[in-house]
Amino acid sequence: MKKKSNATPAMVFNTMPEAPQKKKFCRFKKNGIKYLDYKDANFLLKFVNDQGKVLPRRLTGTSLKYQRKVAQAIKRARHIAVLPFTGDSLK
Amino acid sequence: MATKTKSKTTESVVLKDYESVIIFTPVLNDEQLKDAVAKYRKLITDEGGELVHEENWGLTKLAYPMQKKSTGFYILFEYRSKPDFISKFELAFRRDERIMRYLTVSLDKHAVIYNQRKRNGEFNQGKKDQKQEGAK
Repeated sequence: MKKKSNATPAMVFNTMPEAPQKKKFCRFKKNGIKYLDYKDANFLLKFVNDQGKVLPRRLTGTSLKYQRKVAQAIKRARHIAVLPFTGDSLK
Repeated sequence: MATKTKSKTTESVVLKDYESVIIFTPVLNDEQLKDAVAKYRKLITDEGGELVHEENWGLTKLAYPMQKKSTGFYILFEYRSKPDFISKFELAFRRDERIMRYLTVSLDKHAVIYNQRKRNGEFNQGKKDQKQEGAK
């Protein structure tokens, strides 16, 4: 895939819509993550809003390739009750 | 997504990597759970597969109620088997009343590497936020 970037460790992700004007980037490409674990609820929570809906790419900055994987992982996680289908205050 | 080169050359059939998460009902006691898990472990090896990893998450809270229950015993199998074994395996899950739900996923090469690294505990050191670097 892409060149393996040696990720600089301390970085702040702004997934929130009201993030300051900063260039968005795909965290998977940037950090060289190639596989999303559907069993890891804490990580997947970054890609859903507090109702449990999948956040759009325009908010998270995820590239299309990985957005598909995110969606797939979230759906799997829901099936095995790691993530809820709906919820009021997930975060 | 087959991991081509890894299977042994002596075998004529290609083994693929799979992972199954099984949720057992919380009404089982320790003994019953152990029996059930042993049964599926045996099934994998009997059908010419090899068990790579097994994980017991214990009694875990579900994100939503399932069959009016709010907890379940999670068992994870990572194994290599022939592709046509999966349908048999899942048929056994469906016939088993102790199983509330299951999910079988075929693993691509990145997933296999990720699982290996996870087992070696490479993701838990330091880093305020878990696994920023993820699987390579």
